[in-house]
Amino acid sequence: MTDIRYLAPRTLDEAISAFAAAGSAARIMAGGTDLLVQMRSGAVRPGLIVDIKKIAEMTAIEETADGGFRVGAAVSGAVLAEHARFGKVWPGVLEAINLIGSTQVQGRASAGGNLCNGSPAGDSVPALVAAGASVTLQGPNGRRQMPVEKVPAGPGRTNLLPGEILVSFTLPPRPPGSGDAYLRMIPRTEMDIAVVGCGVSLTLKDGVCTAARVGLGAVAPTVLLVEPAAKALIGSKLDDAALNAAASACSAACRPIDDKRGTIAYRTKIAGVLLKRTAAIAAHRAGGN
Amino acid sequence: MTKLHVSTTINGEPAEFLCEPDDTMLDALRGPLGLTGSKEGCSSGDCGACSIMLDDRLVCSCLMLSAEAEGREIRTIEGMAHGDHLHPLQQKFLELAALQCGICTSGMLVASDALLQKNPRPSEEEVRFWLAGNLCRCTGYDKIVRAVLETAADMREAAQ
Amino acid sequence: MNVITNNKWIGQRTIRPDGADKVTGRAAFAADTNMPGMIWGKILRSPHPHARIKSIDTSKALALPGVKAVVTSRDIVDFPVDKSVMLGIQDMRWMCRNVMARDKALFPGHPVAAVAATTEAIAEKACALIEVTYEVLPWSIEIDDALKPDAPILHDFMKFEGKPSNIGGRIEVKKGDIAQGFKEAEIVVERSFTTRPVHQGYIEPHACLVSVGADNKTTIWSSSQGQFMVRAMTAHLTGIPQSDIRAIPAEIGGGFGGKTIVYLEPLATLLAKKSGRPVKMVMTREEVMRATGPTSGSKSTVKIGATKDGRIVAAQGTFYLQAGALPGSPIRGAVGCSFSPYDIPHVLSVGFDVLSNRSKVAAYRAPGAPIGAYAVECVLDELAEALDMDPLELRLKNAARQGTKAAFGPVFPRIGYVETLQAAKAHPHYSAPLGKLQGKLQGRGVASGFWFNAGGESSAQVNITEDGNVVVTTGHPDIGGSRAAIANICAELLGIDYRRVSVLIGDTATIGFSNLTGGSRVLFASAMVVTQSAEKVITTLRERAAKIWEIDPEAVKWENGAAHPASPNAGQFEPLTLAELAAKAPQMGGPIGAGVQLNTEGAEGGFGTHICDVEVDPELGIVRVIRYTAVQDVGRAIHPGYVEGQMQGGVAQGIGWALNEEYIYTKDGKVDNPGFLDYRMPVCSDLPMIDTVMVEVPNPKHPQGVKGVGEVPLVPVMAAVANAIHNALGQRFYSLPMSPPKVLAVLEGEG
Repeated sequence: MTDIRYLAPRTLDEAISAFAAAGSAARIMAGGTDLLVQMRSGAVRPGLIVDIKKIAEMTAIEETADGGFRVGAAVSGAVLAEHARFGKVWPGVLEAINLIGSTQVQGRASAGGNLCNGSPAGDSVPALVAAGASVTLQGPNGRRQMPVEKVPAGPGRTNLLPGEILVSFTLPPRPPGSGDAYLRMIPRTEMDIAVVGCGVSLTLKDGVCTAARVGLGAVAPTVLLVEPAAKALIGSKLDDAALNAAASACSAACRPIDDKRGTIAYRTKIAGVLLKRTAAIAAHRAGGN
Repeated sequence: MTKLHVSTTINGEPAEFLCEPDDTMLDALRGPLGLTGSKEGCSSGDCGACSIMLDDRLVCSCLMLSAEAEGREIRTIEGMAHGDHLHPLQQKFLELAALQCGICTSGMLVASDALLQKNPRPSEEEVRFWLAGNLCRCTGYDKIVRAVLETAADMREAAQ
Repeated sequence: MNVITNNKWIGQRTIRPDGADKVTGRAAFAADTNMPGMIWGKILRSPHPHARIKSIDTSKALALPGVKAVVTSRDIVDFPVDKSVMLGIQDMRWMCRNVMARDKALFPGHPVAAVAATTEAIAEKACALIEVTYEVLPWSIEIDDALKPDAPILHDFMKFEGKPSNIGGRIEVKKGDIAQGFKEAEIVVERSFTTRPVHQGYIEPHACLVSVGADNKTTIWSSSQGQFMVRAMTAHLTGIPQSDIRAIPAEIGGGFGGKTIVYLEPLATLLAKKSGRPVKMVMTREEVMRATGPTSGSKSTVKIGATKDGRIVAAQGTFYLQAGALPGSPIRGAVGCSFSPYDIPHVLSVGFDVLSNRSKVAAYRAPGAPIGAYAVECVLDELAEALDMDPLELRLKNAARQGTKAAFGPVFPRIGYVETLQAAKAHPHYSAPLGKLQGKLQGRGVASGFWFNAGGESSAQVNITEDGNVVVTTGHPDIGGSRAAIANICAELLGIDYRRVSVLIGDTATIGFSNLTGGSRVLFASAMVVTQSAEKVITTLRERAAKIWEIDPEAVKWENGAAHPASPNAGQFEPLTLAELAAKAPQMGGPIGAGVQLNTEGAEGGFGTHICDVEVDPELGIVRVIRYTAVQDVGRAIHPGYVEGQMQGGVAQGIGWALNEEYIYTKDGKVDNPGFLDYRMPVCSDLPMIDTVMVEVPNPKHPQGVKGVGEVPLVPVMAAVANAIHNALGQRFYSLPMSPPKVLAVLEGEG
């Protein structure tokens, strides 16, 4: 009854040609934890599903020569958690990815899928933005890089060009004294979409914050890189005044909506609360490094 | 309109079936494979009643295309007991009354088994967070958590 | 804690008879059943909250290859609105309109037509090809909107105080003179409360498989709380005589009251009849959330007056409960139960049934009582605070006891409410110090509750197999472990190992009439008829032994699974075991078995008192329940594990209702959260261990002292949580759920 087709190519080139040829009727599938739900509800009716999990580059985790990481777009949270070093270097990114859904979902869901689904509340994204991660895209016109924060275009939309597939994430090398963290507010203890998500990555030297990035999710049509918040932290000893200034900057940056998960007022208020808590954890981790 | 032919291994036995490209693994299990032990509670990955093992990974079968089973190893609730020999978790669930209506039980057992294989010494908190994706409306989870913790202790003792 | 301590099986944590199948995935739930030639049924549902149906054109659907039948309301028996036809508490006038819209679609999701086709996909496609012309009408959902003077009226025939109205009914319960009562009160607390609609939340969607022969002989397998209800409703709605319908109860994956009516079976029957093929229908989760029977949202006002020394002299409650699109909200529970734990001389309790364009409510575990208890138990907490009295002391001082006349009518016999208060007070939880975690606030609250329970019709058969074991057939679907308890009772009575007792649930063709599984009545009622059946069997066994020994049956006793001479005077005979007598049965008089059908009476209400500790994150407004103890007067715990389970399950549902569960609507009047992602039920990590204390005050009117236990545990929970939050924050909450944005708003002075 369906005219839908399923392909599981083994090379990126195969995937791209099939994907590009099918145009807007095609969908990339990694863990399928968003795609299958959307198909079942009728929100999405793909003509072609391109399963990328058999492509080596998509499922690999590599440490780059300069000490960074390259994580394939289809790597599941559960596999990433089992990597010997990744979670030690990027605990915030790892915990963000592993907050997506349940244990069962973590067995399948990937940061690539989470980012490309384009939900403003996707848990992995604020942490990846804070980490300064970039993505490698490949399409019919070749390969290019892009900072993670430039990928989301709006709810359900990305800035990937037609035919482009997200291949991997690159995380930069970590200076000593660095730490990251991700916190989200959800009403229950698990299984909810983030009402607000906050990722903070920072570097401390002799107790002074020398670098910081703040990513805020679920408070705008796309995840926000909150530069004023980072500026408030940089150069400070993360004292109350600095944290409060950063928190206010987060609240000020919010452009949320009222929906079934939260109100404008609530999200705006707690964005600041989360910033303080997340920064504290990141600082604690940084101190240990 | 051509169906896909899938060859796979289910509970240690070779199996094959025909499916539509957009059928989920849950559709295949409950349909052509006749394995109705995995249950459909929501079809959106929120209740865990359809939990299975995909190559030693705990997943929701409703969030997996049946076509993906090609060449993989699937384990379902039907593979947990050996003949009439129940798995210690199954036996403990019965002894501790860790089920009432039973609709979540298949998923709970598969998920709990996955936990104990990965972590033979879970704390109560670890059990609770691991099982957060398995909804139960009858028991309030208390006896389920106790059953998992007690089974873990029994299995550690037996291993000594 | 068994009062009678010399039991072998009663009170033991035996393995339930249906257990092995449930832990191996072998148990057959309705959606697991298949038949050769089976086709699939799907429903076309109204997209509008309120609309007149001008026309339905099914021709394109019928023409689609693979479609075997289409059903519209024309195929369903009409029950005219001017003649009430009751089936239990359900009125068939509303049932026939609920199962499919007749002239008006009354809520988004209201079935408008149904299709059966060779695949689910074809059936869905066919539904989309049915052309319906709607005249969209204005709608309302919330109680306030439905009661406005210019509110759209759902039913022209519905009048209240002579005017067209959305009020479907009013009930009142009275004791004494309420005005006099408040004159005597020295301190009065009056508060208003609101609650949102919540769903029973069973994990198994409704499902059925129906096969209809050319001669109308119909077999229905379905997930339901009553196979006799399924048969009767289907008969009423399709016109097929009851004797031609065999309704078989599949294992049921949760009900909590939501499966005490039918949604699919009549439609599947008509589709099966028209197509000549077995038809399977399974609801999606979205259909369950949109179009089954979540319970009422409510608005209540409760006013309680007491003397300065803490004697409650007057209590008044007004409860508005949503009915949904057709009459029948559970005002009886709110009005009748809320003040029942207390001996109050002057009571006036009034309830209003308010209709609006959301799906018709179905029962939800002690229907109406949790809503009323939330209001009353919170007001009592405020009263205790105003009186500077311990909240359990206030309840003890005013507790209903044997001889108290309940406002809803009866004089209480021996009840166990005081015992629950005393047990709660003495429990280590009540005196445990609250913790002080950095940045978080902890608090403790208590609340009590009451539920009527019920008896009603039940049938059972106890048959001895030729090899000397026992098969018990009962008539009620098992939603809580009743088979396990029945096995315990039967084993106890016959004096044999419980593993020799097989307990089955009969269908409408194989067991006598038995009322619904609901009202906390299954064990009460079925234990009674099983007991009487077993006693008849024992009489037969004694007669058989007497024949063999050639003595008088009076001289034979049955003990430990065998017949013995009753005394040395009767003679010296070796005991005759059940197996031996069974083996001799053909020569000694024939099959050994008995069946009993009764309208059981003597059910007594149950009481619970709960203690709840919460921890609040005051910056985010998040509340977590960190400790919970439920004390309940359970009569007699025949199988303690499953009684505890009922208590724990009810508490979990109440915590969800208190903190996060609610129906959220779009501005178009549709349900915005029809799934488990955004309809937020408690997950495993949300809850602590739930401690239970079973107080056994046996029901003197029951052979084993059984009282219903299943519904009471939900009644006190929301108030216990609200009172705990008040203790933590010093702020009271008058609306549920107490979700983080609302808690934060109250904390910041905006609530």
